[in-house]
Amino acid sequence: MISRRRFVATGASGLLLGGCDKLDRNPEFKGLLRSAEGLTMRSQRLIGDRNDLAREFSEADLSPIFRSNGTSKPDTPDYARHLSENFANWRIIVDGLVARPLSIPIQMLRSLPHRTQITRHDCVEGWSAIGKWHGVQLSRLLDAAGLSTRAKYIVFHCVDRFGTWPYYESIDLIDAFHPQTILAWGMNGHLLPVPNGAPLRLRVERQLGYKHAKYIQRIQAVESLSEVYRGKGGYWEDSTDYQWYAGI
Amino acid sequence: MDDAAVEQEPVEEIAPPPPPRRIAYRHRLPTRVWHWLNAITVFVMIMSGLMILNAHPRLYWGQYGANFDHAWLNFGQRPFPGWATIPSGYNLAAARIWHFAFAWVLVIGLLAFLATSLWNRHVQRDLAPTPDELAPSHVWQDIKEHARLHFPTGDAALRYNILQKISYVAVIFVLLPLMILTGLAMSPSIDAAWPWLVDVTGGRQSARSIHFIIAAAILAFIIVHLVMVVLAGPINEIWSMIGGRFRVPPERSEV
Repeated sequence: MISRRRFVATGASGLLLGGCDKLDRNPEFKGLLRSAEGLTMRSQRLIGDRNDLAREFSEADLSPIFRSNGTSKPDTPDYARHLSENFANWRIIVDGLVARPLSIPIQMLRSLPHRTQITRHDCVEGWSAIGKWHGVQLSRLLDAAGLSTRAKYIVFHCVDRFGTWPYYESIDLIDAFHPQTILAWGMNGHLLPVPNGAPLRLRVERQLGYKHAKYIQRIQAVESLSEVYRGKGGYWEDSTDYQWYAGI
Repeated sequence: MDDAAVEQEPVEEIAPPPPPRRIAYRHRLPTRVWHWLNAITVFVMIMSGLMILNAHPRLYWGQYGANFDHAWLNFGQRPFPGWATIPSGYNLAAARIWHFAFAWVLVIGLLAFLATSLWNRHVQRDLAPTPDELAPSHVWQDIKEHARLHFPTGDAALRYNILQKISYVAVIFVLLPLMILTGLAMSPSIDAAWPWLVDVTGGRQSARSIHFIIAAAILAFIIVHLVMVVLAGPINEIWSMIGGRFRVPPERSEV
C-alpha cells in the first residue's frame, strides 16, 4: 500500500509529469504538436532562399577530431568484402523516377568534377564538428539520369542496418538541387574513412546530421515517401519519430 | 439596494479614510492570458529542453564542440532526472517535438503580448521605469524594503515597484528574445538564411551555451517570482492574476 505521505510527496510532480507523459502517448495531442514541423519547415523556407549557402569555413576552423555517430562500420559480409577490395567494385545506382537509370562505379564518381566545402555538421544530439568534404553535386547526377517531373523526393539507400532495418534517408528537391548538396567521397583531404560513411555519404548542409546518409549504394527518385519502408522518409523517422524536416 | 453592496463597491477613492477592504483592478486581460500561457509554455520549454540536453550534456564555446573538444560545462551521463524532463523517460525525438511546437507558442505569445502592451500602453505606463525610480538611492531603498519583507501597501501596491519593473523588463525584453534568437542560431537552416545571427552569438556552440545560461536565468526568475508571490500573500496575488481584481493591502500606518 502506498503511504499517504509518499502519495502526497509524489503527487505534485506526478500529477504534472503523469499528465505530460499521458499527453505524449496521446496520438491526437502528439499529432497537434507534430503539425508544428510543417510550420517550421514552411517558415524556414519562406525566410531563406532555396539557394542560401551554409557557412563555409577555413582550414583553421576544422575540428581537431571529427567524431562519427550512428554506424561506425556496417557489419554485413557484403560490406566487409567491399572494404577488403578498397571499394574497387562499389557502384552507385540511380533509379526510380528517372529517364535513364545509372550505375556508376565509385572510381568514375571520384573522377567527376567535384566540390570542396568546409562546413559545420550539427548533430541532433547537440554537438557540432567542422569538416572538409569533397564530392559530386547531387544535382549533376540527377540531371544526368533525367529526373521525371513526377519525382518529389530523393531517397538514399544505405548498406548499414539497425537490426533488420536498413538505414535510409530522404530529402525533397529543394535540398537535392542545392549547390552544397554533394555525394562526398572524401573528407579532410583523404578518401572518406569508414566511420564517416566510406565510400560515399550525403552532405545536406542545411539539415541535422541524421539526414546525411552514410554508406550510400542506391539513390532512388520517388513521388511519395509512403511507399518506402515504413513510410516516414528515414530510418530514425520510422523507428523513433524523429522529424523528417531536420532544419532545426 | 442594501448597504453592504455599497460598502463593497470597488471605488478608487483618493480622499481619506480609505475603505478597509478596497478592491482594485490590477491586471488587464492580455497580461493575465499571457501570464498563464507562459506558465505552461516556459515549463514545457525548460523540461523538454533538459531532455534535449540529456542527449549531449556538454557545453562548449565557439562554432564547433563535440566529445573530443574542451567543454566548459560537463554534466556527465544523462544528468537530468525524469521529474525534471518531458517526457520523463529518455526520448530525444519526443522532447524535440514538444520543444519545437511550444517554441511557436512562446514566439507568437511574446509578439502578441508586446504588440498589445505597446498598444494599450502597459509597457509605457506600467513597465517602463521612470528616471526617479532608477536613481541608485531609490533602488537601494527598494532592495532594503524587500530584504525586510516590507511590501508596498495602499496605492503603491497597485504599481510595480522598481525591482519588479527591472526584472519584468529584463525577462520580456532581454531574456525571452535572447532565448528565441539563440535557439534559432542553433538551426543549420536559419544559419544559412541569416548568417549574422550565429555570428553575433559567437558560433553555434556558443549559442547553445548562451541558450542554456538564459534558461537558467529564467528558472531563477521563476523561483524568485514564486517566493515573492508566497510572501506577498499567495491567494490575493494569484486571484488577481486570474480575475484581474486585487484586494489592496491597507496603508501600513493604519495597521
